[in-house]
Amino acid sequence: MTRLKLSSSTLINIGGSIIAVTIALLLGAVVMRLSGADPWAAYKALWNGAFVGKRSIAETLIYSAPLILAGLGFALSMRAGLFNIGIEGQLIVGGFMAALVGAWDLGLPSVLYVPLALFAGAVGGAFWGFIPGYLKAKAGAHEVITTIMLNYLAMRLITYLVLRRDDILPVDPTFVATKKVVPEARLPLLMPPTRLHLGIVIAIAAAIILWYILFKTRFGFNVRAVGLSQGASAYGGINWGRTVVIAMIIAGALAGLAGAGESLGLHGRHWSAAPGYGFTAIAVGLVGRNHPIGVIFSGLLFGALNAGGPAMQSADVSKEIVQLIQGFIILAIAALEVVNRFPAIRSRFSRRSAASKAGA
Amino acid sequence: MDHFFTLDLLTRILRMSTPLIFAALGGLICERSGVINIALEGLMLIGAFFAVAGTYWTGSPWLGLIIGVLCAMAGAMIHAVWSISIRGDQIVVGTAVNLIALGLTAFLVQSIWGTAGGSDRVTSLPKLGGMSILVPVAFVFVPIVAFVLFRTKQGLRLQACGEHPQASVSAGIDITRYRYSAVLTSGLLAGLGGAYLSIGNLNYFTLDMTNGRGFIALAAVILGGWNPWGALAAALLFGAAEGIQIQGQSTPGFPISSDLLVTLPYIVTLIAITLFVKARSGPAGLGKHATTS
Repeated sequence: MTRLKLSSSTLINIGGSIIAVTIALLLGAVVMRLSGADPWAAYKALWNGAFVGKRSIAETLIYSAPLILAGLGFALSMRAGLFNIGIEGQLIVGGFMAALVGAWDLGLPSVLYVPLALFAGAVGGAFWGFIPGYLKAKAGAHEVITTIMLNYLAMRLITYLVLRRDDILPVDPTFVATKKVVPEARLPLLMPPTRLHLGIVIAIAAAIILWYILFKTRFGFNVRAVGLSQGASAYGGINWGRTVVIAMIIAGALAGLAGAGESLGLHGRHWSAAPGYGFTAIAVGLVGRNHPIGVIFSGLLFGALNAGGPAMQSADVSKEIVQLIQGFIILAIAALEVVNRFPAIRSRFSRRSAASKAGA
Repeated sequence: MDHFFTLDLLTRILRMSTPLIFAALGGLICERSGVINIALEGLMLIGAFFAVAGTYWTGSPWLGLIIGVLCAMAGAMIHAVWSISIRGDQIVVGTAVNLIALGLTAFLVQSIWGTAGGSDRVTSLPKLGGMSILVPVAFVFVPIVAFVLFRTKQGLRLQACGEHPQASVSAGIDITRYRYSAVLTSGLLAGLGGAYLSIGNLNYFTLDMTNGRGFIALAAVILGGWNPWGALAAALLFGAAEGIQIQGQSTPGFPISSDLLVTLPYIVTLIAITLFVKARSGPAGLGKHATTS
C-alpha cells in the first residue's frame, strides 16, 4: 500500500480542480471584458509577472510559502471536521510572536536563533488554534464564530500591543509594527538578489510531514475518522474531543509558521495590518482537496495569481481581480462537488475508489 | 473626562451600531430559515459599493440606495442558489461570496474612478440631527422583524424551516421558497447596512470599508440568541465599544487604553457562546437540507 498510485477518485478531484480554475479564469475574463479591459493582455501580464524571469518565479514562490502553510492548516482542520476561519488570526499571532522573539536580539547564532523564532511563531499560532478547538470539544461552541472572534481579537490585541506597549516589548508605534528582526533571526535567502527565502522549503517539508501524519499514523487515521463521522468514530473508540483539539493545535501551528515566515523571511518585522491570507487559505485548501500534496500545488497556483496580480496593473486591471477569481474558483468547486454526488456519474468512475477509501 | 460623556458619545454609539443592526437582522432571518450566512460581510460591501456607484451614475442618493440594495440582493441570490438549490456547503459558499465581493468592488473602483483606494465623493443621504436618516430606520426594523417572525403565519413557517426542515416539507411548507425569501431578505438588509456605511454615514466608498462588520453582525445574531431584540442589544454593545474607542481617542486623559477596550466585545462574545451554548444553539436545522422529492 505504500506504492504511490492515483486512484480514480484522485483523478476526479484533480480534474475537478482544473476545471474549476479554468471556469473561474474564463469568468474573470468576462468581467474584464465587460468593464472594457483586455483580458488577454491582463492574463499575459499575469503570466509574465508570475513565471517569466528569475525575479517573477522567486515572487511566486515567496507568495506560495505562506499560502501552502496556511492552506495545510485549513486542510487539517477540515479533515477533522472543523471549518477553521481562524487561519488569519493564527497566522498573525504566529507572525507577531516570531517577530517579537526575532527583534529581541537574544545574541544567539543563526543556527539557534532561526529555529527558536520559528518555534515561537508555531507556538503562538498553536495557542490561537487551541482555543477554538478546546471550546468546541468542551462546550460545543461553533468554531466558525469563535475563530472569527479570535481573528478580530488577535488583530486588535496586536494593534494595542504595538501601539502602546513599547515600554516592555520590542515594538515600534510609529510603524505600527514590531521592531526589525535582527539579521541572525532572519530566514536565509535562497536565490539572491531575489527576496526568495527559506519559507518555501519549510512549507513543502511541512506538507510532506503532514501527508505522513494524516495517512500513515494512528493519529492521522483518527483525524480522518472524526472528520467523516463523529458518531461512528466514537463508536470505534476514538476520543473525539482530544483528536479535535490536537488537530486544531497542529493547524494553528502551521498557520503560525506561515506568519513566522512572513516576519522572519519577507518583511523582517510584523506589521499589524492583516495580510488577508486567511481567506485565500480556505481557497487553497479547497482546491487542493484538503490533501497535503494537493495543497502544495494549489498553494503554488494561488501564489502565482498573487505574485502576477500586480503586473495586471499594466493592462489597467486592478490586482484585486485575483480575489474575484478565487471566489469563482470556490463557487465552481462547490458546484462540481454536486455533480460528483450524483450516483450515476460517480459509479462510473469510483467503484474502486470506494474500496480504496475504506482501506486507506 | 468631562469631555467624555457627551451627547457626542451617544451619537457615535448609534452611528456605529446602525450597520450592525441592519446586517444582524438580515443574518437572523437567514439563520432562522436554516441557512448559514457568513456572506453578510460581502453583501454589505456590495451594498456599500453600488450605493456609491448608483449615486455617482444617477446623481440621486435615493436611487443609489435602491441600486446598492438590489445589487446586494443579487449577491444574496448567488448564496441562495448555491446553498439551497445546488446544496453546496453553506460556509464554503459564503466564503466565496465574500471573496467575490472584495475582488469585484476593488476591481470596479479602479475601472470606474481610476484609483486603487476608493471612490470619488458623492451626495450622501439626508441627515437628521447629525445622523443619517437610515439610523432611525434601522431601529424601526427591529420591532417589524420581531413581529413578522413571531406573530405572522409566514414568520412561524420560516422558523419551522429552520428548526425542522424535514417536518416542514412533510407539513406541506415550500421550504425552498421560504429559504430563498429569507436569504434575499438578508441581502436587502445587509445591503442597507452597507449603503448606510458609504452614503449614509459618509459620502464615498473605500476598499473593504465594511472591515469585518458583517462577521460582527453574525456574532451579534448568536450573542442575541437569534432574537431580534437580543440582536439589537448585541449590536449596540459592539457599536458602543467602537464608539467609546473613537471618543476615548479624542479625550485627553482617558483612563483605559481605548485600543484595549475594543477587544472587550470579542471576549464577551467568546465567553457568552461558550457558557450559553446549550441555551443558544440556534435553529436545529441550520445548514441542513430536506429531501424534497
